[in-house]
Amino acid sequence: MLSIKNLHATVEGEDILRGINLDIGPGEVHAIMGPNGSGKSTLGHVLTGREGYEVTAGEVTFMGQDLLALAPEERALAGLLLAFQYPVEIPGVSNMEFLKTAVDGMRKYRKLEAMDSVSFMKLAREVCKRVDLDQNFLKRGVNEGFSGGEKKRNELMQMMLLEPHLAILDETDSGLDIDALQVVAAGINSMRDGKRSFVLITHYQRLLNFIEPDHVHVLGGGRIVRSGDKSLALELEDKGYGWLESEAV
Amino acid sequence: MSEQIDDLIKSHYAAGFVTDIESDTLPPGLNEDVIRFISAKKNEPEWMLEWRLKAYHAWLEMVEPHWAHVSYPDIDFNAMSYFSAPKRDEDRPQSLDEVDPKLRETYDKLGIPLHEQEMLAGVAVDAVFDSVSVGTTFRKKLYEAGVIFCSISEALQDYPELVREHLGTVVPQKDNYYAALNSAVFSDGSFVYIPKGVKCPMELSTYFRINEAKTGQFERTLIVADEGSEVSYLEGCTAPMRDENQLHAAVVELVALDNAKIKYSTVQNWYPGDEEGKGGIYNFVTKRGLAHTNAHISWTQVETGSAITMKYPSCILKGDNSIGEFYSVALSSNFQQADTGTKMIHLGKNTRSTIISKGIAAGHGSNTYRGLVRMNPGATGARNYTRCDSLLIGDQCGAHTFPYIESKNPTAIIEHEASTSTVSDEQLFLCLQRGISEEKAVSMIVNGFCKEVFRELPMEFAVEAGKLLEVSLEGAVG
Ligand SMILES: Nc1ncnc2c1ncn2[C@@H]1O[C@H](COP(=O)(O)OP(=O)(O)OP(=O)(O)O)[C@@H](O)[C@H]1O
Ligand SMILES: [Mg+2]
Repeated sequence: MLSIKNLHATVEGEDILRGINLDIGPGEVHAIMGPNGSGKSTLGHVLTGREGYEVTAGEVTFMGQDLLALAPEERALAGLLLAFQYPVEIPGVSNMEFLKTAVDGMRKYRKLEAMDSVSFMKLAREVCKRVDLDQNFLKRGVNEGFSGGEKKRNELMQMMLLEPHLAILDETDSGLDIDALQVVAAGINSMRDGKRSFVLITHYQRLLNFIEPDHVHVLGGGRIVRSGDKSLALELEDKGYGWLESEAV
Repeated sequence: MSEQIDDLIKSHYAAGFVTDIESDTLPPGLNEDVIRFISAKKNEPEWMLEWRLKAYHAWLEMVEPHWAHVSYPDIDFNAMSYFSAPKRDEDRPQSLDEVDPKLRETYDKLGIPLHEQEMLAGVAVDAVFDSVSVGTTFRKKLYEAGVIFCSISEALQDYPELVREHLGTVVPQKDNYYAALNSAVFSDGSFVYIPKGVKCPMELSTYFRINEAKTGQFERTLIVADEGSEVSYLEGCTAPMRDENQLHAAVVELVALDNAKIKYSTVQNWYPGDEEGKGGIYNFVTKRGLAHTNAHISWTQVETGSAITMKYPSCILKGDNSIGEFYSVALSSNFQQADTGTKMIHLGKNTRSTIISKGIAAGHGSNTYRGLVRMNPGATGARNYTRCDSLLIGDQCGAHTFPYIESKNPTAIIEHEASTSTVSDEQLFLCLQRGISEEKAVSMIVNGFCKEVFRELPMEFAVEAGKLLEVSLEGAVG
């Protein structure tokens, strides 16, 4: 699905990613943990082609394509989705219109028949229900005035509608109340079909109680300093990152 | 982001073509003889000629205004021609079938609904090609409703007293420099009269198009809504691409008598000049409405064209309880300069006005809102609400807001809100990451920004305005 080899990237001239190697197979769930500022979000942004993040070395293949050669929107259409750690507001553009525009584009790319407004509305309402958001959120501006947790659920909704091949969820569990965490976890689990892959960026082992990862990686100083199975997450919960960082040096 | 945007700021002006029709153009220059020529050519009554000459002499005494937030070289008024009509004006076409096919083609390219099917959509079009009206559709049906909708030259022949009664009552000849010039040399324009208690059965529409190079366009529009009547009027404008700048100095007068309602919408797409700021239309227009008791005048404008726009559609709320509204979207991209806004003059008791202005600046565009709200001593209980929002796309454009408030009545309430926002990289990236192109994203954001104004446009034109904005932003952004 995704293969990252020796990926180096800079932001504003600073080396942030310093040689990431990661292979993600179809249907796999990878958790990425690591201290604040270790480069987790940066990895997500680099993979999705955000401007200002410069790749200085390395290769990334996504479903057989050279990912880094694609424009940001092409990467999205190819099936790579990033759920943002800090979703941005777009006042004045209704959520419904935004979602419909995105889905229309995606269906066109996938050579699926266009959806009429009525069926789309129906679908959007169902998805709203799945993430436990009131339907009014479809009428409001994109993330406009949404609470932290509502924004996260809105990200999830976009994932459900766009059905990516690989979803990178950047701290989608942060700022959620306990019930919401379960809703989000159930939402993610419902999207697992043996083919779709996930990268869960998280600080909390809690999420991994609900979604069982195949691999857990710890990012430190722009590198993966440790990989393991789900027990690694438990160990981290116990000991923190200190012991790994000293190891990494 | 700005690099991509710069790339995308390459205007392809869809309406930029020149129709090759032999035209009957007066040599450049302005003097009394020119005015006599125009008046004679149009077989005008004597009083009309006197009226024009009076305006001309007033104009000679006036100086060109330079107070707006725009800059351009001085205009040489003797270098342009003041009359240009398509040939064969002796036997002007009696029906659309007789209209020169080339002309029809021009209209087709502009997407003007002159065809039968489009007429069925309920739009009657008075098409102004350069200076003379060439075809007025649906006049008969309107006539049955008692509505008069024709060119102002025809009105001067057929209803001279109606014209005489109202012409210049809202915008007097000496009102301002360009209005005086217009009064002296106006070539044609539209005339609308809605009789008492009649609700006009369809949207009325005029398309202006400046075709002849080096001709000034001096349209004169007069709309009179008699007591208790209602009309919605749409004006659309386009001009072909040319290197030299062209002047457009129109005058629009609206008279809403007691309990009448006039809705005047403009979708304006003059050629804005190229990416380097060369060419384009100078659009200096005087638009004003006079509202009598309980009358309602509403201006809606979508401005995407013009090199330079100075335009302040205004309402004089003379009658008690009269209402004035101004909804505006103004887009300036490339090197466009727009200085636009409105004036709401509250004279009567309990008069109300609403101003919603949405300014969008992209590229090197400069967008200025200039608005005046005046509460006269008699305006007891009057209210105004103003909101000016600016949206900046890229970091080389500018938006300015100059609200002027004069209140001479302590019971009057004036509210003013303003905001400036930018299309951020984060917003664009969210869209890109969902597979939405930058072009589409910007147009979606801009459309969202303008929603409140588009809502005010007649249905079919709201769609057009959205598209127009998209096309213009193709030049501006995407
Ligand atoms: N635009 C930027 N300009 C300068 N530095 C940046 C920029 N974006 C990221 N960085 C720096 O890159 C480093 C990695 O940031 P990143 O957001 O990837 O961390 P993270 O692992 O996601 O942290 P958190 O757990 O707090 O979300 C940080 O030191 C951050 O300050
Ligand atoms: Mg982060």
